[in-house]
Amino acid sequence: MDHHSIYISLLANTVKAGTILLFPTIGEIFAERAGILNLGVEGMMLIGAFIGFIVAYTTKDPYLGFFAGTIAGGIASLIHAFISITLRGSQIVSGLALTIFGGGFTTFYGQKWINMTLNNTLPTVKLPILSKIPYIGPIFFSQDLIVYLSYITVLVMWFILYKTTMGLNLRAVGENAKAANAMGISVYRVRYMWTFFGGLLAGAGGAYLTTSYAPFWLDGITAGRGWIAIALVIFAMWDPLKALFGAYLFGGINALQFQLQASGTTIPSAILNMLPYIGTFIVITISSIIVKTRHVRPPKELGIPYIREEK
Amino acid sequence: MEEIVLETRNITKIFPETIANKNISFKLKKGEIHALLGENGAGKTTLMNILYGIYMPTNGEIFINGQKVTIKSPLDAIRLGIGMIHQHFMLVETLTVLENIILGLKEYGFVINKRAVKEKLKEIERLYSLKVEPNVKVWQTTVGEQQKIEIIKVLFRGANILILDEPTAVLTPQETQGLFKILKKMKDDGKSIIFITHKLEEVMQIADTITVLRKGEVIKTLPKDKTTKSELAQLMVGETQTCDFLRKRKETDETILSIKGLTVYSDKGTKSLKGVDLDVKRGEILGIAGISGNGQKELVQTIAGLKKVAEGKIIFNGVDITNKHPRFISRLGINYIPADRLAMGVAPNLSSIDNAIMRRYYRFPLSKRGIMNYTKALAYTRMMAKAYKIKLDNPFAPIKLLSGGNMQKLILAREILENPKLLIASYPTRGLDIASTQFFRQKLIEIANKGKTIILVSEDLDEILSLSDRIAVMYEGRIVGIMDAEKADKNTIGLMMAGAKA
Repeated sequence: MDHHSIYISLLANTVKAGTILLFPTIGEIFAERAGILNLGVEGMMLIGAFIGFIVAYTTKDPYLGFFAGTIAGGIASLIHAFISITLRGSQIVSGLALTIFGGGFTTFYGQKWINMTLNNTLPTVKLPILSKIPYIGPIFFSQDLIVYLSYITVLVMWFILYKTTMGLNLRAVGENAKAANAMGISVYRVRYMWTFFGGLLAGAGGAYLTTSYAPFWLDGITAGRGWIAIALVIFAMWDPLKALFGAYLFGGINALQFQLQASGTTIPSAILNMLPYIGTFIVITISSIIVKTRHVRPPKELGIPYIREEK
Repeated sequence: MEEIVLETRNITKIFPETIANKNISFKLKKGEIHALLGENGAGKTTLMNILYGIYMPTNGEIFINGQKVTIKSPLDAIRLGIGMIHQHFMLVETLTVLENIILGLKEYGFVINKRAVKEKLKEIERLYSLKVEPNVKVWQTTVGEQQKIEIIKVLFRGANILILDEPTAVLTPQETQGLFKILKKMKDDGKSIIFITHKLEEVMQIADTITVLRKGEVIKTLPKDKTTKSELAQLMVGETQTCDFLRKRKETDETILSIKGLTVYSDKGTKSLKGVDLDVKRGEILGIAGISGNGQKELVQTIAGLKKVAEGKIIFNGVDITNKHPRFISRLGINYIPADRLAMGVAPNLSSIDNAIMRRYYRFPLSKRGIMNYTKALAYTRMMAKAYKIKLDNPFAPIKLLSGGNMQKLILAREILENPKLLIASYPTRGLDIASTQFFRQKLIEIANKGKTIILVSEDLDEILSLSDRIAVMYEGRIVGIMDAEKADKNTIGLMMAGAKA
């Protein structure tokens, strides 16, 4: 391989690895916009990854696997929705519990799947015309269908958030639930809906991991990506378009780490494995400073339960 | 016969601790302005929240146009043609004016059809001369504009019954007149309006019918033409109030607090004080008037050491206290009663004892080598409760369970017992009932009569006028005028509050 194609494949892998983060980040952005902080992303991703893997493995259909993993993530999020919206419990505790639950559940039921490998991964579908564009084509348009789905998700969700009444209701609920309710919006319904959506996308991220990027099963295969996604929400300043950049930045770190290991570098693998987490620290620090100076702030009622009949 | 658009029959609402409404029955006629008059805590807002579907009544029935209805949510209320303008505006600050107006509406499509919205806005502007700038964010608008947005929101939904909860609380006298014009226009259009207030003058000016509430019950409903202010006051309060405090002016020519060129930035990074100069004389009560948000809060917080001074100097009793630690300042003899009781005055989840000793818990005898003596703390709290008539059933219970009046009395007691040379009281009677308000004002006069200096910040002009020796008016971060209270009148102050030069 010449240098040229190494870079192309590195960047194409960046997009792939970034997609794993992009889905959950978008999902969490929308849940947080509705006022629900869900720290259970890691758990929902694990469940999505596991269910996605076993369904793809048994049916030999990676699309079905991806779909099943997505739904599984959505169902898992309902636990968090019920505790934090209906019971008005602590969102932090509930989210952490969901993460621990996801880890425990997949470890317990995943034992016999360990080290099994998926033969039918998501196939590459080169898009006509677009994939022929130099550089851009091989990087962005010679991917599998789920990557294309992620592009569409970003655009559609950006549009929904800023241009539609649905997005307006969502933003109002996260900023001032009381005012939204006074205008006839059901705060509970909006919060349930977007928490579920967040769960679907977390599941999608996990399922994409095991049906494409790492098509095998290992304990804790998501390796903290759920937490990185939560950090990326801040980096993206709760904006779906900016989430794309954050996800690809970390996808890049992942892909680089992979490539360096494969090329037999002398850098110890422990150091390489640390890269995404060190990156998270740096990104969170920088974006926190930006958030502070630009007066961008989290949704005002993030993490606050809504009680209608309160004196 | 006149058409009844809304009727309540025997509405009762019981909260865990209190009965907020008891068998309330009243009728609203088409095309009338019906005032609900009552003290704070009389149950007006609770009743309106029931009509708007925010609370569910424990008992009782509601009829709209003769039909019995159940209002389970604000959405139900909106569908029945009820619109409410809340005392604390229900606006999402980070959204634009237009977005706030169409919030929750489905008529403007999944993708918002801004042109249709703007057309309807123009129509409302034409009908009621209500003009707003649709594309600015709500946090950039003034309080007066925010109220206009609220009214437009209600009109947008085609409401025939409008409920306004204390709508003039945040307005200047001039803005209030503007509002009244709009209300009269709506009335002429056949809309029915419920106007909640405790201000007698406004009732006499705008209402057709008046229902007086006291302690959650309807005392009487009567037409405006057949009543007087003093009758209403009596119905409202129950017994005639006496003003038994008498100010003996004690001020000297000596300056106790001197502020020079004070500039302070707000949390948002904008200048909230723009070069304030102020001299406070020893022994005077200086009233600071102004519409909230014009720098009063920042001024007193800066004196108390809670905000950073960007430019300027503050000298107290010859000591430079610019940017000094709050405890240093309070030990010098400046004590501060903050505007927001629950946010700054107390730690809501701590007990009454903990809150009572907050100024001195670290000093002997309450504390010895870092170990606290709770027996002494309890005795101190009980002494405080007795001297200041604080109803304290359980001093170990979280203070947030106390009523506003009792909580405020405890804060006042805590600060006065530190024997301050200068007491700053920020909106001290906001949200208190008449009895607590009277008690509070009397205490302030009492300590001023003993020669203490007081800075009183309030948006209640009657309070400022009746208590102060001198009055300073703030507008947009500056003091725009300062005058002797005896020579001041409401109208001049009102104009200055709105930015007119003295």
